[in-house]
Amino acid sequence: MTSRLKIAIVIAAIAALAIVVPFTSSFVILLATRALAFSILVMSLDILLGFAGLASLGQAAYLGVGAYMTAILATRYQFGLGYDFWLVVVLGMLLGAALAALFGLLAIRATGVYFLMITLALGQCVWGLAYRWNSLTGGDNGINLGVRPKFGIDLADQVTFFYVVLCFFALSLFAMYVLVRSPFGRSLAGIRERELRMKILGYNTWLHKYIAFVIAGAFGGLSGVLWAHTAGIISPVNVELTTSVDALLMAVLGGAGTLVGGVIGAFIVVALREYLSTLVPWWQYVLGAVYVLTIFYLPSGLMGLPERIRRHGGALGKREKLSAAPS
Amino acid sequence: MGVNFWLIQAFNGISYGALLFLVGSGLSLIFGVMRIVNLSHGSYFLLGGYVALTVIWTTGSWVLAIPVAALAIGAVGLAMERVFLRPLGFDPLRQVLLTVGFAFLFQQAALDIWTGNNFDINPPDVLTTSVQVGGLFLPLYRIFMIATAAVIGLVLWLAMEKTRMGAMVRATVDDAQMARGVGIDTSRISMLIFALGAFLAAMGGVIGGAFLGVYPGLDFEMLPLAFAVVIIGGMGSLGGAAIGALLVGLADNFGKALFPEVSYFTLYAPMALILAIKPTGLFGRE
Repeated sequence: MTSRLKIAIVIAAIAALAIVVPFTSSFVILLATRALAFSILVMSLDILLGFAGLASLGQAAYLGVGAYMTAILATRYQFGLGYDFWLVVVLGMLLGAALAALFGLLAIRATGVYFLMITLALGQCVWGLAYRWNSLTGGDNGINLGVRPKFGIDLADQVTFFYVVLCFFALSLFAMYVLVRSPFGRSLAGIRERELRMKILGYNTWLHKYIAFVIAGAFGGLSGVLWAHTAGIISPVNVELTTSVDALLMAVLGGAGTLVGGVIGAFIVVALREYLSTLVPWWQYVLGAVYVLTIFYLPSGLMGLPERIRRHGGALGKREKLSAAPS
Repeated sequence: MGVNFWLIQAFNGISYGALLFLVGSGLSLIFGVMRIVNLSHGSYFLLGGYVALTVIWTTGSWVLAIPVAALAIGAVGLAMERVFLRPLGFDPLRQVLLTVGFAFLFQQAALDIWTGNNFDINPPDVLTTSVQVGGLFLPLYRIFMIATAAVIGLVLWLAMEKTRMGAMVRATVDDAQMARGVGIDTSRISMLIFALGAFLAAMGGVIGGAFLGVYPGLDFEMLPLAFAVVIIGGMGSLGGAAIGALLVGLADNFGKALFPEVSYFTLYAPMALILAIKPTGLFGRE
């Protein structure tokens, strides 16, 4: 498949979302909006995971700071409920980037399993503050936002808000696509494949990874701003470890290193968590099974399926045996 | 805040640390031997408590509940390692996602079997009294916790330092490849250590159930604390886990008592700093 065809498919898919979703029920519109807002976080994680080879276990922290900032500004200072919403968007991205710039100083030197652990610890720092700092964050109860911004258009209207989030999503996807296709993105992939070689070639690999980390933080902050207004409430649940792990699963389920794969993953997991849970009480079995089966049978994610089917001449039955590396 | 305040808080911190040692020591050994970030470790803690409840409801014996729960969950850990983790090979990301998948499966299973209610595990009446030591009333149960952790720690230490098996485990922690080279069956070591970790965590769940309770969500509350123990103490080191558990127990207690608003931050921020400066932990083996 040529890359031009792939881009056409993605644009068609976004257009299809824009046309179809408003005609569904209000619950589905809400879920789609949530999935889109969260997708931005998943894509930002994919820059780290799929392109720089850094698996972060604390990405929810950036969503958290963006969302808490939005909620605190809106409820305490009535800020960000008119045209100044755009300022909040910028501030959210800056705050996410600033936090990542701080955390990155500690985390970037670590690799592999140590990077997982240190991002886990950093994510827990933010969670701890959200959970305990009652006077600022409302503690366990979180913060209710109440109203959505209104500037010419009224974001309280579900369909309008859906379109706004869709626009942010499409712009983020475009920006990140440009980023990973740029020379910078190429060198990130080089670092993922063989960091030592890139070092020898004269690349400052630390700086590359650090910049990628900060950019991911900025998009995480953006996703937080949108998430706060989508959900209408922000609480420690959105910052806890399972949220970070969910983001990781979404990226891996869709296919790491593909950006749009994470979006597909996000839609599937949000559907499982929010929609299936209204239908059956045992939905968590399905979620757990998705985790386990993805790891065993879809190491390259859903986006890797066409490639695998082609390689096997369309015969899915002859699944290739997973190569088990010795530990 | 008199002297008594500090003494009582220190005592509470130490006894909480004793509980954390049970959860953290297993996790630390698992990490040391297998380099696995095991996110289902908190589930073993919670399931241990639940199994103990069932044993108590059917037989009425609290003493019986501890070994039964620990052995049952140890078997679960053993099966999980053999059937799922072993074939997976070494890839931190996939291991993390697999273990968290299991954590969700365990969560749902616990919800189906034991409902979503909060339970308490009631220890025998003998242990619910207090003893007076120099003007302080100390709950006997917390002393029991400290004693249990001390005994377990001592047994583990002797096993690790004085037996052939222990030497093999230490060799695997230091350099798994080399250990395989000299003929140590690291696969079997991994299996045993993983089962042991689950065993200890479940035991912690039973003992901790008396003052933490047993309820859905406890698994993911304990998990980060266990990781804090492992990271501060150093991965794969028993002595490190003991000191880590003590530090986390004390930090948690004093943090909550002195500056409640930032209490978790004061726990996890040092953890991140230690990782950044010395990734193998304060007392980790290089």
